Amino acid sequence: MNESRTVGSSRLSGTLLSALGWIVALGMFFPVLWMVLTAFKQERDAFTSPPKFAFTPTLDQFDAVLSGGLSSALLNSLWVTLASTALVILLGLPAAYALAIRPIEKWQDVLFFFLSTRMLPVVGAIVPIYVIARDISMLDNVWTLVVLYTAINLPIAVWMLRSFMSEVPTEVLEASRVDGASLWQEATKVLFPMIAPGIAATALICVIFAWNEFFLAVTLTAVRAQTVPVYLVGFITSEGAFWARLSAAATLAAIPVLLVGWIAQRYLVRGITLGAIK
Amino acid sequence: MATSAPAAPAALGRRRQPTSLTKERRRRRGPLLPALIFTIIVTQLPFVVTLVYSFFSWNLLRPGSREFAFLENYGEVLGDSTTRKALLVTVMLTAGAVLASVLLGLACALLVDRKFLGRGVVRTLLIAPFLVMPAAAALLWKTTMLHPVFGMINWVLGPFGVGEVDWASEFPLLTIIAVETWHWAPFMMLILLGGLQSQDRSVLEAARVDGATSVQSFRYLTLPHLRQFLELGVVLGSIYIVQTFDSIFMITQGGPGTSTTNLPFELYQRAFRAFDVGEAAALGVIVVVLTIIVATYALRVISRLFTDPVVAARVLDVSAFDRKKAEPARAEEVAA
Repeated sequence: MNESRTVGSSRLSGTLLSALGWIVALGMFFPVLWMVLTAFKQERDAFTSPPKFAFTPTLDQFDAVLSGGLSSALLNSLWVTLASTALVILLGLPAAYALAIRPIEKWQDVLFFFLSTRMLPVVGAIVPIYVIARDISMLDNVWTLVVLYTAINLPIAVWMLRSFMSEVPTEVLEASRVDGASLWQEATKVLFPMIAPGIAATALICVIFAWNEFFLAVTLTAVRAQTVPVYLVGFITSEGAFWARLSAAATLAAIPVLLVGWIAQRYLVRGITLGAIK
Repeated sequence: MATSAPAAPAALGRRRQPTSLTKERRRRRGPLLPALIFTIIVTQLPFVVTLVYSFFSWNLLRPGSREFAFLENYGEVLGDSTTRKALLVTVMLTAGAVLASVLLGLACALLVDRKFLGRGVVRTLLIAPFLVMPAAAALLWKTTMLHPVFGMINWVLGPFGVGEVDWASEFPLLTIIAVETWHWAPFMMLILLGGLQSQDRSVLEAARVDGATSVQSFRYLTLPHLRQFLELGVVLGSIYIVQTFDSIFMITQGGPGTSTTNLPFELYQRAFRAFDVGEAAALGVIVVVLTIIVATYALRVISRLFTDPVVAARVLDVSAFDRKKAEPARAEEVAA
């Protein structure tokens, strides 16, 4: 990450490539920027040809969406995301311990079993999940999503936590054992503090996936437990007149994860490749 | 490991006093069980139930309609031209979006791998599309970006002679592929950037000294090194993009007609618009079988990248327990 790559031999081609880097980045980022800009417009400024770059900013659209149902959807999303992430870490830490610190004999098989569960498509499981949730009256209930999001994120968390734990030198753990620490003390006083940044990064990755999940949310919730992406479905039909309002809602939906992702940037690759690349 | 090889794992295995092998195994397995049992119940059981449902003729809208139908649903689903079309759409969408996002991601990774003013900011901006809620992004693409009259894309392309094209209805599949590519290119970039940064710079330097052009060293050094990372990107990308749902739901609802109805959306319609449990389950089984083919390959790619000698050395040494049984006196010595 530190050394510069000697691709272009001349200064000019170097400058051109840097400029190209900026252009591509701005192009990719533009829809996000445009979303934020449009969120601060009045509807008449949002729906123009040519598009308006200069306008008087307003918070009206944020007011409108927040008083129109988005706030309860945001609360549901927040609750589902935090609860499932907490559960993931709670289940994932001991599992990662059993796969990294005192590994069981078939630790690699178990690890790859966890990974394989992440790869199977949700659509293959949705029918019984829906029928069972209906039979036990758990449709339109945030806890149903909490349980399912925990299951979706658990393999990622086990892989990530495991990879952080395996980086803790064996000597350090041995030293604490020699000092007479119990298993529990060794884990909570030595191991977990040492991998605290890793635990935080894992949690942030889980937050990203839980917050953005759409398929399960749209099939299993309706009004009471609807999360933010389900709330957005309402904008499909009202297309046309409400671009600024849509942008305001989308901005509020996107910003939390954008910030979380930027904070966890360094660990993002470990999260998306399930620990295959560090 | 600080201590001598044969004694160390055994020392890790028992705390103070020697424990039996069975006890030690149980103690090691204990912390794993909650996560493992939870995962099996929540993620594996539903697949089994899906398989069972797929043999029943059952519609939720007609209570009491459940009856054993064996392979009838499969015949129904596979004989239906909509399903075959959905399979084709799934393959085209996945192939198109994976290929395009790998190429765009590779270009981004190469651009960001150089040192230049604001590289950190550029990297940060580039990963944004992957983070923005896909459902929200899809709606924005449909409206503010791709609207025929007021959309940003047609305004930008206007000077190049592109008129008021209604992208989502004239080129529906291309639109979905483009939106998915925008979303997944940063994902590919991150993987390939990881690959580029793990390359030994001194080799590139040596090639440059020997007079290789940058194109040559990319072709003969960097690209072979990137191979396994490209593979990883392609297999993981395929697994995720096969499941594309958000953008189709938000932008085209599978239409016009069935031109963007992929397998997940087809299943959604059968399950949640027609409430046909049996047929949806049969379709689900088909999707799972197709995914398993890709996933098996993906797991192989990942296991090739995966080594962890440190953890391997921490594994319970069963032979130490055997030795202990054979020579109890000596084992006591080692423990002390």
